[in-house]
Amino acid sequence: MSTGRRTSQAMSWFANRARWRWPEIALWIAAYALVILFPSRALLFNEVAILALFAVSLDIVLGYAGIVSLGHGAFFGLGAYAAGLLAKAGAGVAPLSDPTLGLLFAALVCGFVGYITSFLVLRGADLTRLMVTLGVALIFAELANRMAWLTGGADGLQGVAPSKILGLFDFDLYGRNAYLYSLTVLFLLFVLARKIVQSPYGLSLRAIKGNALRARAIGIPVNRRLNAAYTLGAAYAGVAGALLAQTTSFVSLDVLEFHRSADVMLIVIFGGVGTLYGAIVGAAAYKAMYDILAAATPQYWQFWLGLALVLLVLFVRGGILGLVAEVRRRIAGHGK
Amino acid sequence: MLTILFDGLAYGMLLFVLAVGLSITLGLMNFINLAHGAFAMAGGYIAVVMMQRFGLSLFWGLPAAFVICAIVGAVLERTLYVRLYDKSHLEQVMFTIGLVFMSMAAVDYFMGASPQIVDVPKILDGNLELGFVSINKYRLFVIVFCALLTVVLQLGLSKTRFGSRLRAAVDDARVARGLGIDVTKIFALTFAFGSGLAGLGGALGAAIFSLDPQFPLKFMIYFLVVIAVGGTSTITGPFFASILLGVADVAGKYYTPEIGGHKIEIGGFVIYTIMVLVLIFRPQGLFGRAPGK
Amino acid sequence: MTAVLATKSLVRRFGGLTATNNVTFSLPVGARHALIGPNGAGKTTFVNLLSGVLAPTSGRVILDGKDVTAWPAENRARAGLSRTFQINQLFADFTPLETIGLALSEAHGEGAEFWRRVGTHRDVVDEAVSILERLDLGDVMEDRVGSLPYGKQRLLEIAIAVAPKPKVLLLDEPAAGVPEGEREQILDIIAALPEEMALVLIEHDMELVFRFARTISVLVGGALFVEGSASEVARDPRVRQVYLGETEIDHHFDKPGGAS
Repeated sequence: MSTGRRTSQAMSWFANRARWRWPEIALWIAAYALVILFPSRALLFNEVAILALFAVSLDIVLGYAGIVSLGHGAFFGLGAYAAGLLAKAGAGVAPLSDPTLGLLFAALVCGFVGYITSFLVLRGADLTRLMVTLGVALIFAELANRMAWLTGGADGLQGVAPSKILGLFDFDLYGRNAYLYSLTVLFLLFVLARKIVQSPYGLSLRAIKGNALRARAIGIPVNRRLNAAYTLGAAYAGVAGALLAQTTSFVSLDVLEFHRSADVMLIVIFGGVGTLYGAIVGAAAYKAMYDILAAATPQYWQFWLGLALVLLVLFVRGGILGLVAEVRRRIAGHGK
Repeated sequence: MLTILFDGLAYGMLLFVLAVGLSITLGLMNFINLAHGAFAMAGGYIAVVMMQRFGLSLFWGLPAAFVICAIVGAVLERTLYVRLYDKSHLEQVMFTIGLVFMSMAAVDYFMGASPQIVDVPKILDGNLELGFVSINKYRLFVIVFCALLTVVLQLGLSKTRFGSRLRAAVDDARVARGLGIDVTKIFALTFAFGSGLAGLGGALGAAIFSLDPQFPLKFMIYFLVVIAVGGTSTITGPFFASILLGVADVAGKYYTPEIGGHKIEIGGFVIYTIMVLVLIFRPQGLFGRAPGK
Repeated sequence: MTAVLATKSLVRRFGGLTATNNVTFSLPVGARHALIGPNGAGKTTFVNLLSGVLAPTSGRVILDGKDVTAWPAENRARAGLSRTFQINQLFADFTPLETIGLALSEAHGEGAEFWRRVGTHRDVVDEAVSILERLDLGDVMEDRVGSLPYGKQRLLEIAIAVAPKPKVLLLDEPAAGVPEGEREQILDIIAALPEEMALVLIEHDMELVFRFARTISVLVGGALFVEGSASEVARDPRVRQVYLGETEIDHHFDKPGGAS
């Protein structure tokens, strides 16, 4: 075979790998259809969409950059406060209170803080990173608690009233527009993330995670690439936090609590690390599980959550998506 | 001022007993056990049950907490933890957080969510008046007890055969294996003993800090600070780190300077900042040795 | 001849042990140099110092006229220093095509491009494909690296180091663990590398060394013991003494076959 033909073949192999597949398309259509099928559950769906975006942000940091963060909630909370404070400053009047501006503001603030802290995080190895990320998150929680004049402290940030989205759509009482808004933001940022992980930059992240020694030996500036990924993840988390603040018109200290960081990590691992879709599937599964188990025994749902985690680590590699892939492999194996 | 120092010392001593097992197992196997606090909580509740349901004194609760937690630790180590040593740090973290969640919910189910009130034995109740200062008897007991325990631990590490093997294994597990030291067995024993100490600390501390189902999560953070500041290669590092943390924590709750008309409670903030700074500039811990290699 | 890579009084200590002891070394453009020495002589440590995996205790490393002692490994790689590892260091989840594509896009300074999909630059893909074909990896270029047979992985380890067209290539036992029948192929590939590329081979197999090397350095106890042309080194009685008892090597010292 001539090299020219081989090249064309190789290029179409690359193109094929990046192609949109029908389950992906179906997932997004279904996500939009939900609001028509179950209009009464729109508020719940909105929470799932926000959680999914938050999980996608951690998947960028954890699944692609390979940074184990136990404090990713810091950026979620920071984004929530940034958007909440901006909306409050605008007093419900566009353009300052426009939700889209709030998202942008939250992304910039969190991206900036993420960039600065990424240098601290990247200095250590796994265990140190874990503790530094946790420490940074704790500092943020303490700050928000102490700076009550700005954040409202334990009472929460009152009077967050975003104006109409782009001056067109109002947030309605039933959460329909809120869900459509959050879902659209999730979709757009997801498409962007999907594009980034399939770029040469994304490939280099996978390389660093796979073998940092070799990555350095072929000239990949490891730390700079990871700084960028951490910054991106922080900005995404900030947008997720901003969505929560805008669609609930409220920000409380709860957004910075440790359980947010733990939950989101669990969601990403549940769904499958380093797949992006795992974050969405994980978020949906988590909320569904919460809905069912917490409805049965509201206090003890943590127990089932813990049990699920333990079993997951012991028996399933790669989370839900890993499980699906494994089942498909088995079926294909039987077919032959 | 003296009272704060005294309370801080008692608190720090307790923290040390709680955290030392985690610090050693981390140094030994490079395994991060975030569920360490669950053992401490278990110890606390064991003491509570013995006192409330069976009317026994705390003096019975302490050894019971130690023994039961050590046994539970040994069983869990052999059945579950052993399967995690070759897994990634991420999986270890998720697994042990899972255990934390389970233990919290289980305690909530059996004992309720409200903090437990623990009565100290009559003989240790009240204050000791020393003319110029009055000292809480129970805290004095805690300090003396923990100090003795620390001395015993240090002697055990430096003078016994097991101690020297343990030190060799922490120093370099591979070389120790090469010398014919059964590192797996040492680890299992250390893990059990550390869990027992955590249980003992939990029982001892139940009367000082509030004991509720949130305990493992709250103290997980304190443990990480102790390890971050103290390092994992010795027990003196975590010891000084614990004392420092205890005093700083208690002092931080007393002193609330006003900045710009706002009362600022500096406690937690200062501690977390110190932890992050230490991690960044001395990743081996403030008191840890620089890595030899 | 100008040196493309040089060291000045390079020292590296691990605790009380001196793994590299005051090595001053110079590699001309287009060199075919072998680094030999008994086990534990500090050969791999020396390569790690050259490539920036380790930092020296003292001394300097000069790459292409620039002092790179303080440079991290990635900067040295971008400045034209490439290496293979004694134990394969590959990306198990990649395909060979992705691996070489990545190495090339990094070498072209396109590695940080996040706005376009991988594999859209025809010239890069073309170059990757031709490198893979040249190294007999054309048939497996879309397979998962982790599931390739060891010999193929070893070839990829060389391909990834060769792809950026380095000025200096350090080969740390490229044939280690490769079955007898496939060693020849690796030797042929090394022989076919561009003449202007300076090569350093670390190797135990004396047959390979003498077929490949024009110059040889012998490292003993972390220090440079003997240096010279292949035939000089082969005749040097001190070298024979170091290797005394290792019969296979003795045999090759008696008739230095490939030495020029």
